[in-house]
Amino acid sequence: MVEEKFDAIVIGAGMAGNAAAFTMASGGLKVLQLERGEYPGSKNVQGAIMYANMLEKIIPDFRDDAPLERHLIEQRFWMMDNTSHAGIHYRSDDFNEAKPNRYTIIRAQFDKWFSRKVREAGATLLCETTATELVYDITDKVIGVRTDRAGERILADVVVLAEGVNGLLGTRSGLRETPRPETVALAVKEMHFLPEEVIEQRFGLKGNEGCVIEAAGTISRSMTGLAFLYTNRESISLGIGCLVSDFAATMESPYALLEGFKNHPSVRALIAGSELKEYAAHLIPEGGYKAIPQLFGDGWVAVGDAAQLNNAVHREGSNLAMTSGRIAGEAIVQVKCRNAPMTKRNLVLYKTMLDDSFVLKDLRKHKDMPALLHTNSHNFFMRYPQLISLAAQNLVRVDGTPKIDKEKATTAAFIKGRSRWGLVSDALRLALAWR
Amino acid sequence: MSSVNRETPPAAGGRAGMKKDLPEHFQAYRHVWVFIELERGEVHPVSFELLGEGRKLADKLGVQLAGVVLGPPGEASWYAVAQAFAYGADLVYIVETPLLADYRNEPFTRAMTDLVNQYKPEILLLGATMRGRDLAGSVATTLLTGLTADCTQLDVDPDGSLAATRPTFGGSLLCTIYTLNCRPQMATVRPRVMAMPPRMDKPVGKVVQHKLSMLEDEIVTKVLGFLPDTQSVKANLAYADVVVAGGLGLGGAENLQVVTKLARALGAEYGCSRPLVQKGWMPAERQIGQTGKTIRPKLYIAAGISGAIQHRVGIEGADLIVAINTDANAPIFDFAHIGIATDAIRFLPALTEAFTRRLSPHNRDKLAS
Amino acid sequence: MHIVVCIKQVPDSAQIRVHPVTNTIMRQGVPTIINPYDLFALEAALTLRDIDGGEVTVLTMGPPMAEDALRKALTYGADRAVLLTDRFFAGSDTLATSFALAQAIGKIGETFGPPDIVFTGKQTIDGDTAQVGPGIAKRLDFLQLTYVARIASLDLDAREIKVERRAEGGMQMLKSKLPCLITMLEGVNVIRRGSLHDALRAARSQIVKWSAGEAGIEDLGKCGLRGSPTVVKRVFAPSSRAEKAVQIDTADKALRDLADELIAAIFARQPALEHELAFEGGSGQGA
Ligand SMILES: Cc1cc2nc3c(=O)[nH]c(=O)nc-3n(C[C@H](O)[C@H](O)[C@H](O)COP(=O)(O)OP(=O)(O)OC[C@H]3O[C@@H](n4cnc5c(N)ncnc54)[C@H](O)[C@@H]3O)c2cc1C
Ligand SMILES: Cc1cc2nc3c(=O)[nH]c(=O)nc-3n(C[C@H](O)[C@H](O)[C@H](O)COP(=O)(O)OP(=O)(O)OC[C@H]3O[C@@H](n4cnc5c(N)ncnc54)[C@H](O)[C@@H]3O)c2cc1C
Ligand SMILES: Nc1ncnc2c1ncn2[C@@H]1O[C@H](COP(=O)(O)O)[C@@H](O)[C@H]1O
Repeated sequence: MVEEKFDAIVIGAGMAGNAAAFTMASGGLKVLQLERGEYPGSKNVQGAIMYANMLEKIIPDFRDDAPLERHLIEQRFWMMDNTSHAGIHYRSDDFNEAKPNRYTIIRAQFDKWFSRKVREAGATLLCETTATELVYDITDKVIGVRTDRAGERILADVVVLAEGVNGLLGTRSGLRETPRPETVALAVKEMHFLPEEVIEQRFGLKGNEGCVIEAAGTISRSMTGLAFLYTNRESISLGIGCLVSDFAATMESPYALLEGFKNHPSVRALIAGSELKEYAAHLIPEGGYKAIPQLFGDGWVAVGDAAQLNNAVHREGSNLAMTSGRIAGEAIVQVKCRNAPMTKRNLVLYKTMLDDSFVLKDLRKHKDMPALLHTNSHNFFMRYPQLISLAAQNLVRVDGTPKIDKEKATTAAFIKGRSRWGLVSDALRLALAWR
Repeated sequence: MSSVNRETPPAAGGRAGMKKDLPEHFQAYRHVWVFIELERGEVHPVSFELLGEGRKLADKLGVQLAGVVLGPPGEASWYAVAQAFAYGADLVYIVETPLLADYRNEPFTRAMTDLVNQYKPEILLLGATMRGRDLAGSVATTLLTGLTADCTQLDVDPDGSLAATRPTFGGSLLCTIYTLNCRPQMATVRPRVMAMPPRMDKPVGKVVQHKLSMLEDEIVTKVLGFLPDTQSVKANLAYADVVVAGGLGLGGAENLQVVTKLARALGAEYGCSRPLVQKGWMPAERQIGQTGKTIRPKLYIAAGISGAIQHRVGIEGADLIVAINTDANAPIFDFAHIGIATDAIRFLPALTEAFTRRLSPHNRDKLAS
Repeated sequence: MHIVVCIKQVPDSAQIRVHPVTNTIMRQGVPTIINPYDLFALEAALTLRDIDGGEVTVLTMGPPMAEDALRKALTYGADRAVLLTDRFFAGSDTLATSFALAQAIGKIGETFGPPDIVFTGKQTIDGDTAQVGPGIAKRLDFLQLTYVARIASLDLDAREIKVERRAEGGMQMLKSKLPCLITMLEGVNVIRRGSLHDALRAARSQIVKWSAGEAGIEDLGKCGLRGSPTVVKRVFAPSSRAEKAVQIDTADKALRDLADELIAAIFARQPALEHELAFEGGSGQGA
């Protein structure tokens, strides 16, 4: 065992772990951070959009030196069937503001930068070091962790579990259940390199402007899932994710879905001629509010994906991770300042503060959404995209059919596809879940 | 070659290397030299390959080609001299002394630097073997001259300087390097990168004998023994006429026999791509490519190899490349001559059988007549 | 005993990309690693230290971010790390690199005690010359032992070392003296996993950073581009062959017919080969 004792040990150097470690180290705590990857970011997969506001609350002047790819000025939502897409595009020059709101990032680089800030704030980081289990005292309070470095232990007043969605430490220690297949999505992602000019030309961008496409439809082969495409400076990240339970039920391969997405005529042209460099698969917690496990206990708190704090409906994760990490850090600093022990009773402060933040408020708001989309996946991810495509095509194709007949055909197709009652109930349920 | 990131702006001040005019004292440096590597009584074939290249350079420059033999007194060294002439040398420098019986850095460096300082060659080529690299590094540093390692192409520019081309950045790019204001211009070349020149029956030319002013007592390093490699380790890949190789596409160690069986049927050598060595399926000696062996067979059969650039650079000298790969878009088909998009694990046994049939004694008789 | 190990931070060349149009290296996102060959040298040094005591100093010349490589070496258990970094070193070839490193090793000797052994890797995966090691040895006037597979014995009192050295066609057994420079052969050991204690120490260690001046280098003309006799004049992509492979159609064919067709195609292109194979074999030793 290493003799030295720390105020806090943070497991993981992802978004949540870095936010927590930064906050605690800045608050004067003696912080040790363990990361199993070769360097922070080496194991992290993200699309990736980073939300400025949540990072500003931690590092206000991050824009000075953070490795940011492009700030987003355009968002496209696509409903796809096999040959077409219908969509909404929103593009605004307002996003070309002094302090843009959303950026694309490459996690491997961003996490490295964030981690440097954490170390500059005074935390000690050990890479290639995996926490293998929690260490308890006789009162069942967590007092440290055991590592994979010759099984050596190291002690601290509090352990922050920021180990991401796989969260083996937390599950192995019985702090929470293994995420159920219907509450986690498996996402596969690829990076495609293209010269900067080509990306700018294909998406109508200039300078550091960026564009995002999020797509649903037959590409997920009636599973609950979404595909995405983000522009980086000289690469395009694209991927698709579906619930693990769906993959299991349909026996579809994630890679085949991604191939389908890439070969869709609407996407193929955007990535033509690119060089594929990176393929990765990762889980995303999508269970929403109802899947959130216990968030704190005697000597420990859980943050970020490790606590299932992820807003699948809005494709937000890193901001919830950063915010929950920061809040946990602030709560721990407060407890420490009061010279109080890191007991469950005192750490409840974290939960109280989190309840008050957008993190739990947003998740609570959409608490029924994941289940709805899941139980209705065939309608939402197969039938509707097809119907919408049909309707759109009917509308724009000029072939001498009287307009009235066209409208009738469209309505008929919708009703045939999903019955009048089904349509109304889907709309209603969607609205209720969203509310 | 640069060891520091070249993106940083160059240091302030002028740049000696850019100067076009050769300093006065280097003007006298003439002729092309090749180090003739004598190994336990035999000349390493890379020396002949270098003589072939050196001949072309010398002819372009209108100068002489010399071989440098460093070895023990006796027959072996003189046989090496004869060989050097047979492969194109105009003259040979020889240093014969028992101190040079086994390779050791100290006496070899001294012998070579003494020769260079006295007879002043403008170009000095060595094989990029373990011995050649050991020697080249200390000779270049002693002489304070430029050395371009592992060249794949040598040429002379219109102004007479040596243009040495070598792979860089893990083989993804090539770069051409010059040694502008120092002499000799040194380069090493890996075995089999250059073609073997024809052997000529030529009378022995001029031989310059040189004495090494060194005593055994001055040499600190002593050779205690030599353990020759066992036959099984000594894959003669680099010099085989036919090579069959397997890659990761073979799926598992248990499938490697489809490669070895075909090799046996053809009397060929077998090799592999790097991942197979990393997985421990084949010994490192059998790796083909940038960090393995360079080969120049008449026929190369690659089974389940994708054709990464690092593999490609090792086989480009092959006369005929046949690739078998399930993926019709595999990069190997970009430089193979004949391709079959099929499962190698099933196809190679059929190929082995077909070759055996075709080369059977029965057919052999037909061939002979 | 004091051992210096020279390590280099290199881009992970498996992940290097070349810009298709401009032929320049695209470094974005390419991770850096310790030159894999140097880890064999480091492990050999640590093993010697564990047996005979003393200290291991790791040295690198490179940009400021090369600090990561040094810190990692400390995690493995090295005792001290020195980073030689200065813009004057930019563009060094092997001659200039070995000059700077030899000077720094001299300074390390003055500051922390003279080294008995200097280790380098066999070669780097970016420079790939295998010349820096021999260069350093010559500059320091150390005995040079390259491609060492095993250190058979080390007698500190007699200052004698016995090694097995990989040579063409076999293993050479050598006896030599300290101080010497050893370039370590690959695959001869496996780098250890440092203890939690080493990891903590590494995370907090101060890395010694020297500029050219601080390393005692007075003659800047021997450094960087100015001290490099070699000049890279042209960088270009390997040309691709004009025609692609002739594909033998596999559709609806029995394996046997396919094999015959391939053999016919081979011998059509290499008519002499059939005769050679039938009568002499492929000149390999067979399998
Ligand atoms: C394909 C994909 C696209 C996404 N796109 C977006 C997006 O565009 N915008 C967005 O906001 N969110 C996105 N997300 C979600 C977002 O990536 C996560 O919500 C966020 O990374 C969670 O941060 P975290 O710190 O909790 O976990 P992670 O970032 O996963 O970090 C956990 C860290 O802990 C380490 N670790 C794990 N176990 C141990 C252990 N036992 N010991 C030591 N270290 C350990 C891991 O190596 C890792 O570095 C996306 C996710 C995926 C998979
Ligand atoms: C610094 C450095 C040095 C390197 N040096 C070398 C080197 O010297 N030599 C070397 O080889 N590599 C070297 N490499 C590695 C190189 O980059 C490639 O990773 C390697 O060559 C790939 O080996 P492979 O073709 O066997 O495997 P893969 O790239 O995985 O290819 C396997 C191929 O088999 C095909 N396949 C699958 N199943 C079958 C089947 N049943 N039948 C037929 N085909 C099938 C697949 O389509 C695929 O094309 C080096 C890399 C680096 C970074
Ligand atoms: N910049 C450097 N800093 C420290 N060591 C180096 C550097 N460059 C090369 N070396 C050492 O020299 C060995 C041979 O390198 P190279 O000649 O580039 O193949 C490497 O394995 C390293 O041990």
